[in-house]
Amino acid sequence: MSVIHLTYEVSGDDFTRAGEASGLVKSKLKKLGYNKDAIRRVAIAMYEAEINMVIHADGGVVDVDIYPDKVEVVLADKGPGIPDVEKAMQEGFSTAPDNVRNLGFGAGMGLPNIKKYTDEMKIDTVLGVGTTMYITVLVKQ
Amino acid sequence: MTVKELAEKIGAEILTGKKSLDREVDGCYIGDLLSWVMGRAEMDNVWLTVMGNLNSIAVATLADVSCILLTENAALDNNAKARADMQDIAVLRTEENSYKTALKISELLKEAD
Repeated sequence: MSVIHLTYEVSGDDFTRAGEASGLVKSKLKKLGYNKDAIRRVAIAMYEAEINMVIHADGGVVDVDIYPDKVEVVLADKGPGIPDVEKAMQEGFSTAPDNVRNLGFGAGMGLPNIKKYTDEMKIDTVLGVGTTMYITVLVKQ
Repeated sequence: MTVKELAEKIGAEILTGKKSLDREVDGCYIGDLLSWVMGRAEMDNVWLTVMGNLNSIAVATLADVSCILLTENAALDNNAKARADMQDIAVLRTEENSYKTALKISELLKEAD
């Protein structure tokens, strides 16, 4: 059983609201007294994943489970799926459209950043059905 | 050195985040690609950029940088300003470019050590 369970909906194609869910999780963890490094890692990984949902999948649902020693985040979308996960994991590889790049995204660093900042990362993806990402950040108190 | 001291010493304008001006500055990162910044900038860095949009504020919040320093008089969007005020993110602005600004910051951080 997790200490706290949170669920957020991420709306598609709305960059102005992206980051709201990760911001809320950040404040929650701060109030609970989690260490700064862990909070930062969760916040960045979750934001990158949220942005991916906005860019590629018309939004989705984020479930967050907060335990004393770890934070688990599951991000599920009904987007197009990722044809080649290995390629998508490479730094610099991006399929983001130009309008997204003008906002400062699309550097091909999203998935690599998520991997960098989390302790576990798993992607289940089916073309035409959607993608679910599972990420875990361990917390050293 | 605090964000406020930094602003005073380099003559930067303080646009938002009056409550965060006492925050300590440690190091500096320059970049406009947001994921690059999130992957590489460190906590408490001054972030030099020309990106003054809403997403920059989100990145500053989540990456936990000490402040955003807009260089070359880059614009801060109105909705970004409102969000920065709401989330207590300090946004400063200078007319100098990022290179010259970073050189100054480097000197100031050396002095502060």
